[in-house]
Amino acid sequence: MKPKILLEKDQFDVTIKRLCHQLIEIHNDFKNSALIGLQPRGIFLAHRIKKELETILNIKKINCGELDITFYRDDFRKKELIPTKTNIDFSIEDRNVILIDDVLFTGRTIRAGLDAMLAFGRPKDVELLVLVDRRFSRHVPIQAKYTGMIIDSITSQNVKVEWKETDGKDKVTLLNK
Amino acid sequence: MSHLSVNHLLGIKYLTKNDIELILSTAQNFKEVINRPIKKVPSLRDITVANLFFENSTRTKLSFELAQKRLSADVINFSASGSSVKKGETLIDTVNNILAMKVDMIVMRHASAGAAVFLSKKVNSKIINAGDGAHEHPTQALLDAFSIQEKLGSIKGKKIVIVGDILHSRVALSNIFCLQKLGAQVKVCGPQTLIPKFITSLGVEVEPNLRKALEWCDVANMLRIQLERQDIKYFPTLREYTMMYGLNKDMLDSLSKKIVIMHPGPINRGVEITSDVADSKQSIILNQVENGVAVRMAVMFLLAGRQGS
Repeated sequence: MKPKILLEKDQFDVTIKRLCHQLIEIHNDFKNSALIGLQPRGIFLAHRIKKELETILNIKKINCGELDITFYRDDFRKKELIPTKTNIDFSIEDRNVILIDDVLFTGRTIRAGLDAMLAFGRPKDVELLVLVDRRFSRHVPIQAKYTGMIIDSITSQNVKVEWKETDGKDKVTLLNK
Repeated sequence: MSHLSVNHLLGIKYLTKNDIELILSTAQNFKEVINRPIKKVPSLRDITVANLFFENSTRTKLSFELAQKRLSADVINFSASGSSVKKGETLIDTVNNILAMKVDMIVMRHASAGAAVFLSKKVNSKIINAGDGAHEHPTQALLDAFSIQEKLGSIKGKKIVIVGDILHSRVALSNIFCLQKLGAQVKVCGPQTLIPKFITSLGVEVEPNLRKALEWCDVANMLRIQLERQDIKYFPTLREYTMMYGLNKDMLDSLSKKIVIMHPGPINRGVEITSDVADSKQSIILNQVENGVAVRMAVMFLLAGRQGS
């Protein structure tokens, strides 16, 4: 089967903007909220959302961190993983944290992300935002509060998310292995 | 490269440049971890590590133990004094008895050079050498390299002089291997009696004059005089050694550039370096200790990751 394009160009921008407006509805001016992108691919979505929110709300700085979860994974002895950078330069204590990743698949990454995040303090509440939710494939009971799009896919398929910043274009594709 | 080419850390000699770079970059991640409010990660929660110290150690043992606890590993400690080793048990029997209790990884310090290599061939466990006689002390070399890299940005092309008792020093040998693999130039400096004859065959130059050595280098690693290993006199008196090879503040300040001062500890204050040098801004001795935990976490994390691979 040929790869199927799920999102690109205007549709991609509209999805990001919609997610931002959904966030604003709950978090208002983001004074007590923070975005945390999960490494390696969730950080691009987190930074894009941050930029968009700052434009819409006309404010200068929304807290946005990057979180590496390698040391918290449950599969680290099954595959070899390289840790990446964690950069959280604000306190998450009593803040509303929005964990951000590009694709929600089995939920194991988010499970590890929750553990990793708690090493930095005790947030007031935690929400999950993803660009693509691959429903019916969860291994743990985790659901996203904000979802760019929901798709039905099988395990042998892959969802590839490309970003302007690193790949030259914004695009989400469903690949068949 | 996401994994080490070895199953044990027996010495720097057995590592590739890629292995060393992987350990250093992973250590960078762990350094960030140990500066978090909660300094613990669950990576090794299913691993039991035995620390076998057949020889005295304070900071290496503490550093390894702290690293293991920060990784959530279960830890058992063993020291030769007060154990069955005193009753005549062999090294392999001791270790096999410990392994029978389902231990996954062994950190060992031993007075005999090659003890870790020997053990790795005889027992089925991951071995980390925490110092074997006058042979190697790989984690010390890795943390020294990490500390230099952190201070100076990179190691390639840097000039490093190791001063003091090279003959009895496992730190010197591991440092030479490690720094050379990372592209540094290494010289040694010390009394002729404490410089082994083979040292030039490693591509290391000998500089008998301390001032000349310090003028040449970017980093000076001042080793401790290991009086406990000296069964004969290698120099007339400690005072004379200090006069010739001790570093004091006056000499440090009179150099044409600001060099970095390192020491693997424990320091004989007033012998190889004076207190004001050890506590000066150019000294990174305490950074070395902090980095030791991060580097040892990286080593154990990477070796544990090779299980089942």
